[in-house]
Amino acid sequence: MGQTLAERILSLKSHGEAKAGDVVIADVDLAFVQDTTGPLTIRQFKESGFEALAKPQQAVVFLDHAAPSPAQQLSNDHILLRRFAGKAGCPIYDVGEGICHQLMAENFANPGDVIVGADSHTVTAGALGAFATGMGSSDVAVALALGKIWFRVPESFLIELNGAFPRGVYAKDLVLYLIGQIGADGANYRALEFRGEALARMTMSQRLTIANMAVEAGAKVGLFPSDKITRDFLREHGRGDKYRPLSADTGANYEQVIPVNLSQLEPMLSLPHAVDNVRPVAQVKGVQIQQAFIGTCTNGRLEDIAVAGEILKGKKRHPGTRLLIAPASRQVLIQAMEKGHIQSLIEAGAIILPPGCAACLGLHQGVLGDGEVCLSTANRNFRGRMGNPEAMIYLASPATAAASVMKGEITDPREFV
Amino acid sequence: MPDLVLKGKAIKLGDNVSTDDIIPGRFAHLRSNLPELAKHVLEDAAPEFASKVKALSVAGGGKSILVAGRNLGLGSSREHAPMVIKMSGVDAILAKSAARIFFRNAINQGMPVLLCDTDKIGDGDELEINVIDGKIANLTSGITLSCGKMPPIMSAILEEGGLIPYIQKHKDFKPQKHY
Ligand code: SF4
Repeated sequence: MGQTLAERILSLKSHGEAKAGDVVIADVDLAFVQDTTGPLTIRQFKESGFEALAKPQQAVVFLDHAAPSPAQQLSNDHILLRRFAGKAGCPIYDVGEGICHQLMAENFANPGDVIVGADSHTVTAGALGAFATGMGSSDVAVALALGKIWFRVPESFLIELNGAFPRGVYAKDLVLYLIGQIGADGANYRALEFRGEALARMTMSQRLTIANMAVEAGAKVGLFPSDKITRDFLREHGRGDKYRPLSADTGANYEQVIPVNLSQLEPMLSLPHAVDNVRPVAQVKGVQIQQAFIGTCTNGRLEDIAVAGEILKGKKRHPGTRLLIAPASRQVLIQAMEKGHIQSLIEAGAIILPPGCAACLGLHQGVLGDGEVCLSTANRNFRGRMGNPEAMIYLASPATAAASVMKGEITDPREFV
Repeated sequence: MPDLVLKGKAIKLGDNVSTDDIIPGRFAHLRSNLPELAKHVLEDAAPEFASKVKALSVAGGGKSILVAGRNLGLGSSREHAPMVIKMSGVDAILAKSAARIFFRNAINQGMPVLLCDTDKIGDGDELEINVIDGKIANLTSGITLSCGKMPPIMSAILEEGGLIPYIQKHKDFKPQKHY
């Protein structure tokens, strides 16, 4: 019997044969925390009785969720994390460097790695072929202390991607469509594995968007095989030597196969208050919005800001709206500046927020008012997610967000691209 | 160490209660002050929840059992979610299904979580739970429910009262390799 990608990586890292349903202890290549889960992780780590990290160079601390901090308690949490990183000798990415998952992709994640992060969107690094999954603070504390953690090897769903995106349709539309099909718990405890001839045309940025949202269908990981695009991305980021070919066997056992023809997709939205409440934009257009938010670990990369910048170049946001842009990392911000997108967006009326999570989780930089509607490129629209349970969040691609902020209402981006 | 055989009353919640519902991100500044944070448990999604749990304990040592529908704890990995549920006085959680990270976090906090057909349980029903056997007797309706078994490593962690006590005791996962 052939192996799925999930079985292959967990077999390598547990030094045995890992089959779906087995429980294995796997070596952890990288463990990381961010600033809202990290303080608890550190307290758990200390409580567990361990003094030193198993592998200091394989631990990373990110200050991205409250960045810069809006409250004294969070500032004190940042102090705790900086001290911990200093003492433990592990790298720290301070306020303003960017979102943990983007920085993992730019600097750390490699095919075949096992990565655990105290953040549910750790799955993002599956785009690079890493078995990367989110865990709570206790599990990450133990991974930091022991350099290993237990996993139940997941069953896998195979997502077969064929065809090419039509104009105005992007990776975000695909992943929203998929979540609508699978449901918010449809892939609970499973791995999503992507395959198909469409991958040859799918940039790393698009793959990161898709892998990022695997968890919104309940999945433990969202895995892409490694290929030329993976190799080129690693080379561009100074890690060409970390490339290794990695894919599932043809005879691997999949619990479900979900074929998607990209050419038949259209712009999609998640409606409040559930990510799997998915509809085509065409059916929802006309809903007034007060805020558009382009950023996050889902859609805060250069390609995303470029799409928005091009749509809004020479145009203006609707006077009844705010347009927030939060680049996913400092590198993204610099590149978006060099290419002139930041200029176009500021001229169109955008507010540029520092690289980080910004308005995504409702603790600062764009908290919504009662009854307000936000069109966001993030991955979650749960009630209260952006700081106010009386507000409504729609999720869409950066193109849909840009088109909508121009008209002041939910708008099909195909009118503008 | 948690009680693995317990009797208590059901407090029902619906489907898709997310970790943002359990403890919204806007309270992130309280995450290093757990007693304060716990005061906001389910504040927007089920404002009467905390007072129901409190009323049960005041009414004579009764245990509270949180009974949810599908996909309990979806969303963020914040372990603070099962922590504040525990701090509010809940002794066990039942759900039709639970999101992976939440399930693992709850066990890591020594909080029993069992998955069963919770449609068969009404708000306020008297329940008797045996966590190890995975059996739930609904004393109000007379129905018995059985639950799937969790992996042995999870029950071992739960029996020690959570992952940190487990690691304090064993210093490692045991047994070491595949099992
Ligand atoms: S951008 Fe949003 S979803 Fe991504 S890590 Fe930050 S808070 Fe979480």
